[in-house]
Amino acid sequence: MSKQRETELYRPGETLAVKVWRGNANGGGFHAYTVPSQESQTVLDVVTWIQQNAEPTLTYRFACRVGMCGSCAMMVNGEPRWTCRTHVKKVIGDKPLEIAPLRNLPVIKDLAADMAEFFDKWTAARGQFQPSQSRDDAMAAISPDEPRRAAANAAIECINCAVCYAACDTVAANPGYLGPAALNRAWTLQSDVRDDAFAERLDAVSAGGGCFNCHSHQSCMTYCPNELNPTASIAGLKRLSAFSYLTGGKSR
Amino acid sequence: MIGLRLYLAQRISALVMAPLVIGHIAVMIYAVQNGLSAVEILSRTQGSLWWGGFYGLFVAAVAVHAAIGVRAIIYETFGTHVRWLDPLTWTIGLGLFLLGGRAVAAVVL
Amino acid sequence: MSGSHRRDGLRIASMVHRISGLALALFLPLHFYTLGLALNDAAELDTFLRWTDNPLVKIAEAGLVGLLSLHLFGGLRLLALEFLPWSPRQKLYAALAASASVFVSLGFFLSAV
Repeated sequence: MSKQRETELYRPGETLAVKVWRGNANGGGFHAYTVPSQESQTVLDVVTWIQQNAEPTLTYRFACRVGMCGSCAMMVNGEPRWTCRTHVKKVIGDKPLEIAPLRNLPVIKDLAADMAEFFDKWTAARGQFQPSQSRDDAMAAISPDEPRRAAANAAIECINCAVCYAACDTVAANPGYLGPAALNRAWTLQSDVRDDAFAERLDAVSAGGGCFNCHSHQSCMTYCPNELNPTASIAGLKRLSAFSYLTGGKSR
Repeated sequence: MIGLRLYLAQRISALVMAPLVIGHIAVMIYAVQNGLSAVEILSRTQGSLWWGGFYGLFVAAVAVHAAIGVRAIIYETFGTHVRWLDPLTWTIGLGLFLLGGRAVAAVVL
Repeated sequence: MSGSHRRDGLRIASMVHRISGLALALFLPLHFYTLGLALNDAAELDTFLRWTDNPLVKIAEAGLVGLLSLHLFGGLRLLALEFLPWSPRQKLYAALAASASVFVSLGFFLSAV
């Protein structure tokens, strides 16, 4: 949005028209609220104002408010966003600001989506680190220039906010698909020389719901608030799995 | 649901077909210039081991490629139960292979 | 929220690849059947080929050639995305694939008429 249009639509000191989805697993709908607008107001500030002043029973999730914990992601005007770092003036349009629970996940209540499936898939992709050494061994020396370390580095700053999962049309069409976050995590571990579950993880990510279902729409990359590129990580997993299979499971 | 083997079959058939499609397009543009006729097509293809191999490989690769592609579309569009996907994929692939094989036989033999 | 929510070039490229692939898969049985006519009698194939001399059919054929080249060039982009080191210029490549297809399709049409 142009700077001029931003100031035209966003006037601190006046009010904002907001629509918030309220309901539970059995259904629900949008409720309208009028919220005082303020300078540097985030979408999370708007939700908090509504809960503290208008709708005490409104349910939502947040913790750190500084873009580190990954718990406050919601759909804002139909797009998944980390609400604590999304300024209202960046997303406001002619219509009321529309806030809803994350797409592609069941809802528990109001703006709180049920994250169980998201983290179950993270585990199914073998997202856990498997140490290859004990505390008695020397610390692994890994140069920051090492190619595998560089590959992991590019993908490692994931906060598990599930924005990519909500953005992914392949997840929407294929509920068994592990999704971008879980596969991105698996890719960072496949690039970790200290990890000891390379072969098992490769099996996990190349099974029925794994990396081969990705159609490279790149929505995950477009919406990732930390500007990661899960599509590239998934392409890396496709290559690893395919070459490992073609060379008899020896490649690493 | 696409696993490792289906993915490899899909991508290898794609790699095989890329030059074949380019060849096919080139032949089409060349052959269509003076209008198509059965005599013209058959004079090029009949008894030719080269064209038999070209189109035979093409048909085999496209049967694999199309069957897996349509499988993914059906699964993602209709949420078809996984149990039906394998028989469906095989039916499409074999059907295309047989029809295509008959067409190759018709123009080469 | 329902359906796909992103309307940018790569999302469209993906739909184009899917629809062109499906259309080609549906066209193939017809294509194979008509060529198979020559198995019994070359004259039967000729009867069909005379029908294809119709200018409207030529336009449809140019459309099919366009679908084939869209699927070819779009597919080459995907193969490169998956098997070569990552390139951030995917939108440019998708646009080049579309342009190349228009070029090929028009080339076919101009040779055919």
